[in-house]
Amino acid sequence: MSEIDVGLEVNGEQVRARCQPHDTLLALLRYRLGLTGTKEGCGEGECGACTVFMDGEAVDSCLVLAAQCEGRQVTTIEGLGRGWPDGLHPVQKAFMETGAVQCGFCIPGIIMSAADAITRRSDAAREEVRRLVAGNLCRCTGYTKIFDAIELARDRVARGEVRPEA
Amino acid sequence: MMRVPPFKYVAPKTIAEAARALRDAGPEGMLLAGGTDLLPNMKRRQQTPKVVIGLSAVKDLRASLRGADGAVTLGAGLSLTDTARSPLVADAAYRALTTAASKVATPHIQAMGTLGGNLCLDTRCNYYDQNHEWRQAIDFCKKAPGPHGTAQREVTHGTCWVAPGSPRCWAVSSTDTAPALVALGAEVTLVSADGERRVPVLSLYKNDGMDYLAGKRRDEVLTAVHVPALVGWRSTYWKLRRRGSFDFPVLSVAAALRLGPGGVVEGARVTLGSVASCPLEVTTDALVGRPLTDEAIAAFADHAAKPARPLDNTDYHLSWRKRVVREYVVGALRELRGDPPGLLARSAARVLPVLA
Ligand SMILES: Cc1cc2nc3c(=O)[nH]c(=O)nc-3n(C[C@H](O)[C@H](O)[C@H](O)COP(=O)(O)OP(=O)(O)OC[C@H]3O[C@@H](n4cnc5c(N)ncnc54)[C@H](O)[C@@H]3O)c2cc1C
Ligand code: SF4
Ligand code: FES
Ligand code: FES
Repeated sequence: MSEIDVGLEVNGEQVRARCQPHDTLLALLRYRLGLTGTKEGCGEGECGACTVFMDGEAVDSCLVLAAQCEGRQVTTIEGLGRGWPDGLHPVQKAFMETGAVQCGFCIPGIIMSAADAITRRSDAAREEVRRLVAGNLCRCTGYTKIFDAIELARDRVARGEVRPEA
Repeated sequence: MMRVPPFKYVAPKTIAEAARALRDAGPEGMLLAGGTDLLPNMKRRQQTPKVVIGLSAVKDLRASLRGADGAVTLGAGLSLTDTARSPLVADAAYRALTTAASKVATPHIQAMGTLGGNLCLDTRCNYYDQNHEWRQAIDFCKKAPGPHGTAQREVTHGTCWVAPGSPRCWAVSSTDTAPALVALGAEVTLVSADGERRVPVLSLYKNDGMDYLAGKRRDEVLTAVHVPALVGWRSTYWKLRRRGSFDFPVLSVAAALRLGPGGVVEGARVTLGSVASCPLEVTTDALVGRPLTDEAIAAFADHAAKPARPLDNTDYHLSWRKRVVREYVVGALRELRGDPPGLLARSAARVLPVLA
């Protein structure tokens, strides 16, 4: 099948990419744009390893066609820290400090979902935090430290201890 | 790693263009809304359309409004997240719908999946929702015969691994919003290149795992859902699944009720989901015109559970699933009667290992 041209914004930059009509957004990011921070776990919506923001909302990029992304705004783990001190989103910092990471495969996806969750609901209680990252599976950690990290980031943002740089 | 098989992509901007593209593509064409059902199915080679008509640029599919008569129209392209949050359906009368939408899959999939796609969801079966190699290894079943495995609407050949002697396919209707919308008495608009019509949600479905959408022609686009005003009604949705996230329903009960003075039932509608190849509406004559006593609920629940004949093609043991139907009907009606949630959870916990 003939290739198509897709124009979209990725991490704040306008991108034109050639791809196949049957390429997923995940394939476009990883194999055409070299953004390999986003992972492919299951490819079927069952794990969340491929989570990115599309027009500000966390989605599974393995179930989005690149062709559907014309004119859309995509943020990946590589672009999440843009505008924050040291180029790290508060959730990323908190994961490092809390030791919430084991093998790391699920972590880019979980950090994206968590960042989406605390931006939307900086007052979210643990139950709500759990619900908002309920589309992400981790096979290593048992989640406790992951939730600790997300709550730490949530509290810092809520108290104004970390702010995006002007 | 599973890849989507090749196809030609068409991106209409209007409903009329989408309907024309679907007609022109013929049996090889399929609509793609959120893609959260079709793309996994394509990766597993259960459905392999040669032409995919993407609906994400059709803005008119996301329009919603409340009419002068109080009835609500929701665009079929509305995401499940937006459906659950829509101020038009914030009233307790519509809680069955908003609860159902907010219990689909995961938050990510709710943001991607649409109301229309949910109503047109493919039926599910443990022997069908497997990749191509898995299905090839045990030999393809009726619903998606090889070599390419594309799901058929009519039986051509093959065995059913769930009921080998049976002439039909028993794959399960697993949509969350369909039973809820049936209980709310909703209708849908279907648009084709030659016109449009409006039909009750229930009439879309047939109790057949392959021809499950018999009420919608292949060339019709589902464009909108219409929910009546429902003054004085309350509704709820109970969903059973193993995990509190990700999992499709193994059973669902959608119930809507209007209570008059003295707690007398003036109107009741109960629909079961995931126990057949279509949503099952339960007759409620026995409830109407009398108070909703424990005895009335118990007798109704026995009656409601009768038509549910779960087969061994989803999660959990089938005899247990059958038993839970009754308990879920009791729970849903008691909730609508106003029983305190703590009491409901405690009595349900006696029979249920999982309360979804
Ligand atoms: C991990 C996982 C868990 C899931 N869990 C659930 C669950 O718990 N409950 C549940 O109900 N679903 C579940 N789903 C299925 C799916 O995500 C939802 O049903 C979703 O609402 C489908 O909508 P969509 O827009 O993504 O559909 P698509 O995949 O785009 O389409 C689904 C079908 O509907 C047709 N279609 C789409 N739009 C229209 C239209 N406007 N007119 C006519 N036909 C149309 C398509 O051709 C296709 O056949 C799950 C999916 C995954 C991957
Ligand atoms: S019910 Fe039978 S025919 Fe239908 S999908 Fe399952 S195994 Fe195949
Ligand atoms: S890779 Fe997308 S959800 Fe698992
Ligand atoms: S850290 Fe290994 S899967 Fe989560």
